[in-house]
Amino acid sequence: MLKSKSGRLGALMLALAIAAPAHAETLLNVSYDPTRELYRDVNAAFAEKWAAEGHEAPTIETSHGGSGAQARAVIDGLNAQVVTLALASDIDRIAEAGKLPADWQSKLPHNSSPYTSTIVFLVREGNPKGIQDWGDLVKDGVEVITPNPKTSGGARWNYLAAWAWAEKNGQDPQAFVGDLYTHVPVLDTGARGSTTTFAQRGIGDVLLAWENEAYLALKEIGEDQFDIVVPSVSVLAEPPVAIVEGNIANDAQRELATAYLDFLYSPEGQALAFKHFYRAWDDSAVAPEDVARFPKLDLVSIEDFGGWKKVQPEHFGDGGIFDQIYTAK
Amino acid sequence: MTMTARPLVHKTAMPGLSLSAGITLTMLSIVVLLPIGALLLKGASFGLTNVLEVVGRERVTASLYLSFKLSLLAALFNLVFGVLLAWVLVRYRFPGKRLLDAAVDLPFALPTAVAGIALTALYAPNGAFGSLAQAVGLKIAYTQVGIFIALVFVGLPFVTRTVQPVIEEIEQEVEEASATLGASRLHTLRHVILPMLMPAALTGFALSLARAVGEYGSVIFIAGNIPLRTEIAPLLIVIQLEEFNYDAAAAIGIAMLVISFAMLLAINLIQIVSRRKMGHV
Amino acid sequence: MSDTALPRPAFRAATDEAPLLRIALIGIAVAGLAVLVFAPLAVVFAEALKQGWSAAIQSLGNRDARSAIQLTLLITAIAVPANAAFGIAAAWFITKFDFRGKAFLITLIDLPFSVSPVVAGLCIVLLFGANSAIGGWLVAHGWPIVFAIPGIVLATIFVTFPFVARELIPVMIEQGRAEEEASLTLGASGWRTFWSVTLPNIRWALLYGTLLCTARAMGEFGAVAVVSGKIRGQTATMPITIEMLYNEYLSVAAFSMAALLTALALVTLLLKTILELRHADQLAATRRH
Repeated sequence: MLKSKSGRLGALMLALAIAAPAHAETLLNVSYDPTRELYRDVNAAFAEKWAAEGHEAPTIETSHGGSGAQARAVIDGLNAQVVTLALASDIDRIAEAGKLPADWQSKLPHNSSPYTSTIVFLVREGNPKGIQDWGDLVKDGVEVITPNPKTSGGARWNYLAAWAWAEKNGQDPQAFVGDLYTHVPVLDTGARGSTTTFAQRGIGDVLLAWENEAYLALKEIGEDQFDIVVPSVSVLAEPPVAIVEGNIANDAQRELATAYLDFLYSPEGQALAFKHFYRAWDDSAVAPEDVARFPKLDLVSIEDFGGWKKVQPEHFGDGGIFDQIYTAK
Repeated sequence: MTMTARPLVHKTAMPGLSLSAGITLTMLSIVVLLPIGALLLKGASFGLTNVLEVVGRERVTASLYLSFKLSLLAALFNLVFGVLLAWVLVRYRFPGKRLLDAAVDLPFALPTAVAGIALTALYAPNGAFGSLAQAVGLKIAYTQVGIFIALVFVGLPFVTRTVQPVIEEIEQEVEEASATLGASRLHTLRHVILPMLMPAALTGFALSLARAVGEYGSVIFIAGNIPLRTEIAPLLIVIQLEEFNYDAAAAIGIAMLVISFAMLLAINLIQIVSRRKMGHV
Repeated sequence: MSDTALPRPAFRAATDEAPLLRIALIGIAVAGLAVLVFAPLAVVFAEALKQGWSAAIQSLGNRDARSAIQLTLLITAIAVPANAAFGIAAAWFITKFDFRGKAFLITLIDLPFSVSPVVAGLCIVLLFGANSAIGGWLVAHGWPIVFAIPGIVLATIFVTFPFVARELIPVMIEQGRAEEEASLTLGASGWRTFWSVTLPNIRWALLYGTLLCTARAMGEFGAVAVVSGKIRGQTATMPITIEMLYNEYLSVAAFSMAALLTALALVTLLLKTILELRHADQLAATRRH
């Protein structure tokens, strides 16, 4: 299956490369790690649609990495016209560097987030440790795999979801989260690294993962090996998208970039997001099974924590609460 | 040769002084000194007290200590194993020797990230070696032992490759003379051969140590990356970069640079001194 | 190497170790290399061929894979000659002249080995990034360094900087200056002396250093990752592509490319062994002068 997928992709890209006239518009989308599969499909579908509307076939490149590292690359001169990152705070940094207006998040619907996701648990087949909710993670003998919140956007959501649960259940959130991290044997630098540690290396009893990442792991690594457990409380993660105004070369490129992001909100783009296990907004063109898999759960948004501008330094900044967890005696 | 009144450059009849010095210093400046200068400048604008404050943090000192401790252990292992390997490869004849000789360079050839993934696959509890270790109650991957193995891997070729040519140069007569004078074989090895190998072995040791301290790609997969326990210094730099904290990243980078540079300089000085001594004896 | 080539005498020569010790040493060497080097190598090839040869080869045929291979070869083709030229110049300067601060200079040349590749990348971004004075000027004039090929080349030269010089310096110290001095006294020009006296003496070390530099240049990941921007088909080198594929759960494609990269490096190492074998007599002759 993998083979045919990459083969088809290769053929498609080759076709694009051959078909593209010398001065076709190009677009660089700088994105974060778990969106690779999504944007591979989006780019192909959008290019087809754009060409069908009578434009020259565009060349759309994507770059993936940790959300923070990618934002830094754009600040340091990576010539991205579109950014699709994990955290609004990362795009805020690019705005601070003057590459896009400070009010970028109000330019597109839903806080500029065409799709959302949440944090769920991935456990081993049959859930041998009986893990149902956040409280079960700190039981004796349970090992939890999550990436480092310092280097991974997803891990920050993991941390905040645990914090939210403790608050709602009358526990001291800092003590609970501190306890949780004593159950973590490996802190990978990114979400994919953690998935590999859990799934391929057999470490740990439960993986805290993006919902889309958990479903993808089931699909790619084996449905018979893992189960997804949905906790009572989780977070509403809104990965935002934006046009990097400072890197737009001309009007034709702006038109292309605008159409590209609008496409993400179109029924077709939304259907692709659903297909890749994201919770999108418009399900009018979606196969019913792609929607039905998402259970309803109590979602806390970043605004409930006071927004990234407050959360980032307080929890994850130098000497913040996360640092204190490890250095407190 | 007295130290007093020694000119900056001693006049010799050799040609090409300005050309070779020109190329050396120009490339050194563009490739090494300018970028490192940019790093130091960043540190300077951050301020010495701030740099020291960052370096003095518990997590930073712990990771620096861990990086240098494990690198030192790995380099020591490579020193012993590397000399042994060089001796075996030069002096003995056995089937598969050529293959073994070529394999010594493999750690240079394998991309570090690939090496990291492969080593983790081997030493994880469900891997080939990891499951064996677990049977006797040892954990390798995601512990300091795992980091040690990755560091041994990346530094493996240095000592062997610097010592090999020296062993090839050793004149058989020296050993024969020692044997004729009644020294046992082990005595000859220890007191005649080993001192001859030491300068080259030290070079290899220094390179292996330096390489291990800075290694990131292969270690990151096999280390657990838990603060204060299995978190290496290069990872802390990456973490600071993720937070857009260039100043703190530069501070830790400078600390690593200063320590490594001091160690390398010390080893190079020891070598030059020992060469002078050897020359006079 | 001379004594082992002779037929073994019935008694043990005074310059041999006891047979048991000899076997033990060989055993340790073989076992050590098997565990440390051959096992990881086996993992790479086993993972690449998990779904058979055709899947492995097919994964290397698409546009991104080919552009990554071309980019890596291009960067190696620039970085290695640059380092070779530097290595020869530096070794000549250091071994043929006496000057103060020699240990310091050698240490500076070694410095890139002790700079974490990540820090090396950081240094280049600090110097040439769009927010620095030099970088801003260059970008404004249409010569971006970082996130473009020049930055990758610079990062590659940085991490492989000491290889050639480090190989040449000990050999040239060992050989001293007598032969060159003789040649010069006999009236040969500086270049002539270099080509016909020095170069033949150092060619093995030069070759070895160059081949190592090649292997390392092709495989560099950490420093390049910081300065590359990781754009598929443009600035993604082979090691970067391997990481991307691995992260996409395309492990066959990732390890196929890793195996190809390793194979390229193995070819350079094999080349060195073959050359050594073919020229063994000459080599021995120059050594015994």
